[in-house]
This record gives sequence, C-alpha cells and structure tokens, in this order.
Amino acid sequence: MKRHLISAADLTKDDALLVLDTAEELAQVAGRSIKKLPTLRGRTVVNLFFEDSTRTRISFEAAAKRLSADVINFSAKGSSVSKGESLKDTALTLEAMGADGVVIRHGASGAPHRLAGWVQGSVVNAGDGTHEHPTQALLDAFTMRRRLGELEGRRVTIVGDVLHSRVARSNVLLLDTLGADVTVVAPPTLLPVAIDTWPCSVSYDLDSVLPKSDVIMMLRVQQERMNAAYFPTVREYSRRYGLDGERMAQLPEHAIVMHPGPMNRGVEIAADVADSARSTIVEQVANGVSARMAVLYLLLSGSEPAIGKAASE
Amino acid sequence: MVNAVSRPDGPAEARVADGDPRQKAVLEGPDIRRALTRIAHEILERTKGGHDVVLLGIQTRGVTLAERLADLLREVEGLPVPWGSLDVTMYRDDLRMKPARALGRTELPAEGVDDRIVVLVDDVLFSGRTVRAALDALNDLGRPRAVQLAVLVDRGHRELPIRADYVGKNLPTSMRETVKVLLAENDARDAVLLGPAVAPEAGAPAGTGTAGAGAAGADADGAGR
Repeated sequence: MKRHLISAADLTKDDALLVLDTAEELAQVAGRSIKKLPTLRGRTVVNLFFEDSTRTRISFEAAAKRLSADVINFSAKGSSVSKGESLKDTALTLEAMGADGVVIRHGASGAPHRLAGWVQGSVVNAGDGTHEHPTQALLDAFTMRRRLGELEGRRVTIVGDVLHSRVARSNVLLLDTLGADVTVVAPPTLLPVAIDTWPCSVSYDLDSVLPKSDVIMMLRVQQERMNAAYFPTVREYSRRYGLDGERMAQLPEHAIVMHPGPMNRGVEIAADVADSARSTIVEQVANGVSARMAVLYLLLSGSEPAIGKAASE
Repeated sequence: MVNAVSRPDGPAEARVADGDPRQKAVLEGPDIRRALTRIAHEILERTKGGHDVVLLGIQTRGVTLAERLADLLREVEGLPVPWGSLDVTMYRDDLRMKPARALGRTELPAEGVDDRIVVLVDDVLFSGRTVRAALDALNDLGRPRAVQLAVLVDRGHRELPIRADYVGKNLPTSMRETVKVLLAENDARDAVLLGPAVAPEAGAPAGTGTAGAGAAGADADGAGR
C-alpha cells in the first residue's frame, strides 16, 4: 500500500506522535561525528521544487542524505518546465527514473495531490500554494515539544497573514490533532473566508491574547502573494500585529517565540525579539532536518509506510 | 538513563499475561541471576579487572541486562562500570521486509566508546543479524579498543560468523521453536521461556513466517511487530 504526506490532516494522533518520537531519536545523529545512517541506502528521493525555497529544500536534501538515500534535485528554473513541460510529463519522467519518494513544492494548491495519482512512490508535500506545508507543522510541533513538553492543552497563538499561509493551516490541523488549543490572530482581511470551519479560535486583538499564550508563532507577511491592499501600510500592520520587545514582555515567562522563516525583520517581528533567548527560529531550522528524516524514514524504509494517508485509487 | 530501561512494551506484556501453557520455563529468576553473576566474574577475569569496560545493551531487554550486569560488577569489584543502550533498528538488514518501526533510544555513557572495551549485551543470540547490526551501529559511534559480546541465551542457528564471548546458557533449540526472555523491569517477572512455533496468525503480518530474518527480529526485540 502506498501512502503519502500531503496534508497535516493525513496524520492521526498516533502517527504524529510516532513522527515526533522518531525525530527525537534521530536528532541525536546530528550530534555525532558521523552524521549518517545506512537506512535508506539504495532508495531514491527526488526533490521537485517549482517554487523558490532555501531552507525547505536543503533541509529535505540533508535529511535524505543523512539516511543514505540518493537525492535528485530538480528545480523548475533551468529545466524543461521553462520549455513548457506539464507537471504530469515531469512526473512521468521522474517515474521512469524510479523515484521511491517525491518531495514536491509547487505554487498551485493541490499539485502534490495530483502528483500522487501519477507516481508509484510516496509523495511528500513541501508546500503547495496557500494550501499546506505539513513537514513545517511537524518541525514546529517538535520544537514546541522539546521546549515545553507534551502539547496537550498548550495554548498556541498564530499571528499574521493566515490567508496566504500554508504553514498556518498545517499547524492548526496538526496542533488540533495533538490536543493543543490554537488561536489565530490577524486583521480580518488576512483571514480566509472559511476560517470558522478551522479547529481554532479567532481574534483580531493581539494584546489580549499574549498573556494567555505558551507559544506565539509569527507568520511572514507574504508580499509576493499580495496583489491587493490587505492593510493600509506596513507600518500600521507592524504596530497592530508585529511582535516587539514590549509585546514580548506581556508573554508568560516560559513562552516561546516562533517564526517559520524567512523573516521580515521590523515588519511582523522586531529584530531584538527574533534574536532573543525565547526565539526558537534557529532551532526550528535544525529541528527541520530531524523531523524530515523521521518522515522519510517512516514513509520509505519499510515494506510499507508507517504513517500518512493511503492512496485514494 | 532510567527512561532507556523503562520503555513500555505493550504487545509483549499482553502476550505474557496470557500465560501460554505450551511455553516451558527453562530458566527462572534465580537461574538468571546466577548466570549473570557468572558472566560478571568472567568479564572481570577476561578484562583483567574490568577497567575501561563499557557495557552497551541492545534494545530492549539487552539494556535491562546491561544495567543488571553493571550493578553486579560494582558489587563484585566495587568498580563503577559505565553502561548505555544501543538501538540497532536503523542498521537492520530486514527493514524492507516489515513496515517501518519505531526507534529505541541510543544513549552512550559520558565516557563514550573510544578506546574502551565495549561489551555488547543482548538477551538471545540466534541468527547473529542483530549483533551484526550492532557492530555497524557501534562503528558510527566511535572506535572501541575491542568489542565483546555477552548474551543470556545462545539458541544456535547462526547465519553469520558471529560468536558470543560470554554466554549465560546454551540452549539447543529447533529452528521453529521460540525463545522469549522475560525480565522483571520489562515484563513483571524473570524467566526464559521455550515455546513451540509461533501460531501463523501471530506471525502473519510483516512476514515473520519466513524462518530466518523474521524470527531473528522477533527474538531481538520482544515487541517486534
């Protein structure tokens, strides 16, 4: 049976905890002099990136290489995609090369879902349009668990451009599965229409939520996706929804500050907050490799995947 | 290090509770203790006093045995012997024959393994494939001066050129029989049980039915799915 990781909702609570426990063990490998395990020797992982990315692509590449998989990197720039090749034809090319796992980032929401119907291997969504980014949610949950312990009953506040954020959607779904209480905070223009169907509460006032938060996750203002005026000025957004030192002081003492990166310093997060001891931003990058190793291991190492959603056909 | 030992093994416990009457206890608690005491003395003898020795238990029951051996060595010689745990899942040669498995903890003592005499500790020595995986895992963790192997039960049927340096009990078995080691810390009692071949339905998932690799996995980690 082939299985994929396309949405954070594909993971049951047991699946999610298995990934986090596995990531915890794999994190040790990063501290050794030989940072390599032979587990995926002879398996091929293709990184299919149709959209720009730094940390996600190198994170997946490092994760696959630490597990000894062969990694083929594909980016749309400089490939036949610029000659007009369709996603399906690209997928069939990869299929002919015998990919066991395909990691895909695409600007169109739903592209990984379509791809899953065309290839034999397991598909891992590395971000599709404004839809989902499940491994980011896993590494965020992993970071929270390492800092704060189990997530059951923890209060997580996600602030900012929820409308364009695949990170927010995946995080809300996964954190709900893990039993955390999630609140999203954003100006009404930056919330999706169907926000009332999400398993979270909604607020427009950051200051009232701060003292009740164990985790505060700041989202990037995605200027490249904003073709309309969602707020009057960047300065006004920053004053109402940006996290500065003064707002950070209102958080409980144990609370942590997260950001999926890349940051707009001075817009959604002030530089001194991003560099403070409460910020887990650098940790998140390191934890990303462990979380992605866990996902690749659980999907690709055995006779059949241990996590994820069964193929629909 | 405490949590390394207390990893719960749900399925194994459930099966033990059933108390299968066809399973025969070949070693009871006191026998196990005597065997471990003898192994402790042999380790001290062979390593000339046990200096530089590091005990590394192979998950899951090997870790419990390593801790017990460390206690015995301290009782006998008054020497604190560092011990740790080794999870060999990622190095197994039968990974592709079963669904992906949860990992156990690898925890080395602060001294590390470089230039030490590492004694690998496991409950049952069968095909030798788990020990091969352990040697590979150890290779990635450092460079011991020497590696030795201590097992509670050697049941024969080796598939690789591997032999134990310290053996609690040699137990001649047929290929189809099962050997299960129960330890108080993991299973609420101490015993070594010899049983008939596993019922097909218990072994059906993950292809345990195929004698070699499947049986080796099931033995090495009692909770093997």
